Amino acid sequence: MSDTTEAQIELWRAHMAKRPGVTPEEVDELEDHLRGHVETLSDAGLTGDEAFLVAVKRLGSQSEIAREFARENSHRLWKQLVLDGAPRGARTKGDTSGWLPMLAWALVAAAVVWAARLSGKSIETDLPFYARNLSLLGLAGVVGYLLWRHRARLAYVIASVAGVGVVAVAANLYTLSESGDALPMTALHVPILVWLLVGLAYGTHRCRETQGRMDFVRFTGEWLIYMVLIQTASYILIAILAVVPMLVGLDPTAFLTEWVIPGGGAAAAVVATWLVEAKKSVIENMAPVLARVFTPLFTLAFVGLFVVVLISGDLANLDRDLLIACDAILVVAVALVLYNLTARGSGERAGWFDWVQLGLVASALALDAIALTNILVRIGDGWTFNRTVVLGANLILLVNLAVTGWLLVRLARGRAGLVTALERWQTSLLPVYGTWALVVVVVLPPVFGLA
Amino acid sequence: MDIPKDLVAASASPLVLSILAEGPSYGYAIIKRVGELSAGELEWTEGLLYPLLHRLERQGHIRGEWGESETGRRRKYYHLTSDGEQALASHREQWRAVTAALEATWNQMAAAITPNPRGAFA
Repeated sequence: MSDTTEAQIELWRAHMAKRPGVTPEEVDELEDHLRGHVETLSDAGLTGDEAFLVAVKRLGSQSEIAREFARENSHRLWKQLVLDGAPRGARTKGDTSGWLPMLAWALVAAAVVWAARLSGKSIETDLPFYARNLSLLGLAGVVGYLLWRHRARLAYVIASVAGVGVVAVAANLYTLSESGDALPMTALHVPILVWLLVGLAYGTHRCRETQGRMDFVRFTGEWLIYMVLIQTASYILIAILAVVPMLVGLDPTAFLTEWVIPGGGAAAAVVATWLVEAKKSVIENMAPVLARVFTPLFTLAFVGLFVVVLISGDLANLDRDLLIACDAILVVAVALVLYNLTARGSGERAGWFDWVQLGLVASALALDAIALTNILVRIGDGWTFNRTVVLGANLILLVNLAVTGWLLVRLARGRAGLVTALERWQTSLLPVYGTWALVVVVVLPPVFGLA
Repeated sequence: MDIPKDLVAASASPLVLSILAEGPSYGYAIIKRVGELSAGELEWTEGLLYPLLHRLERQGHIRGEWGESETGRRRKYYHLTSDGEQALASHREQWRAVTAALEATWNQMAAAITPNPRGAFA
């Protein structure tokens, strides 16, 4: 091939590589394809220049190819939408990705929380009210923002609003004793329902597809990272701001805890949502690093805990607090598996990391087996509300981890297509979590006479 | 003849799997082979083929490996996996069922159109 053709191909390659949504490997593959065209055309008698021009023309416009690639790699589709849409500085009318609407929605989110405060519910005196409703109040703004941002169809807006209504009713359905077991369990399970509502608002019609659900899981992981970052910075800011009124003899504590922190938290939730969508590549590069750092550490911690439990002797009579720690660990294990799935590059081969993940799941399973034995032993003394709730959660997690472990074994052995299977399994469980949370909040309290 | 988009899309996976069942191949050669097999009726674009190849790879039906072309260039070759063979087998059953049904109705149509000499004078 002539030097000019080489130079032209180089140039084409450089342009293609700059396209968001196309990986270097894919550019390599396309370059080989382009060269295939050029060779065939040269053999047919065209000059280098002519062959190159015709080949490029046949390959189609770069933006079209990039879009097709990004559509296939659906989690990279946003790059096309964000970067390949209107040119910078020339946003089209009706664009919902700007920061001004985001600020407006952040204010709405804060206003929802403040409205509850204005109606006389003080965090100090009405803790049970906030225990039940904080997640709903705090994330209502995010649900609204997402629906507006994605210009959801009316059916989904209605479904989401109805969902918010159902969760609000469910959370406040019963008069629960402040010292009873049902209140903390309701406080723990309502956020799951609210989280799924956010998922509905995020995914709308894509909620039925595995990839749509995976996008939501990915969104959740990235949103959490942004929330932690924003929170850390805000606490430093608040600590500094709190000093000033104290200097003039005022106590800002009540104002901060009753107004600034709750409202600010709800607003931060919207800001984090916006950041996830607008500045995605930052976290996208961070997620695999975080996954690789923390999965081995958590695996070690789980194995350590397992050893401690084994050494502690009486396996069927563990301390209540230790059992709670076991449950927390199982949730973390599932969350890590999900997070690692989202951080996984498409087409990534099995490696050492999958064995580490398998170790994580295996140790979590061992802990779960011990926890289940303990719960069953306790249930032998009689069914209580708490035991039923914990048993249900443990069973769901046991099934989840057992199947996940089996899929990971096959994945680590290099079987193809297992990532898709793992994604399908994990995302198919999302409605199960919601159903169980609803059972805990609505069905179980009256069954045990706690309502 | 213009083959509609839906039909091209529906037949794309079985075609790729069938071509790879003949032996490992790469993008450019697959497109050429599709053209040959269909006597030029099917013209695939790169925007159709590569995303499809990557999807099939993700589903585990095929496996891509980087190799070298005759001229020493980096080239990605795709192989059929055992999962892919199974998928191809079920594709074949489905397509056979569809074509058999179509053929059957067409044969009946042909029989109805051709005048039946014995029936006419019975």
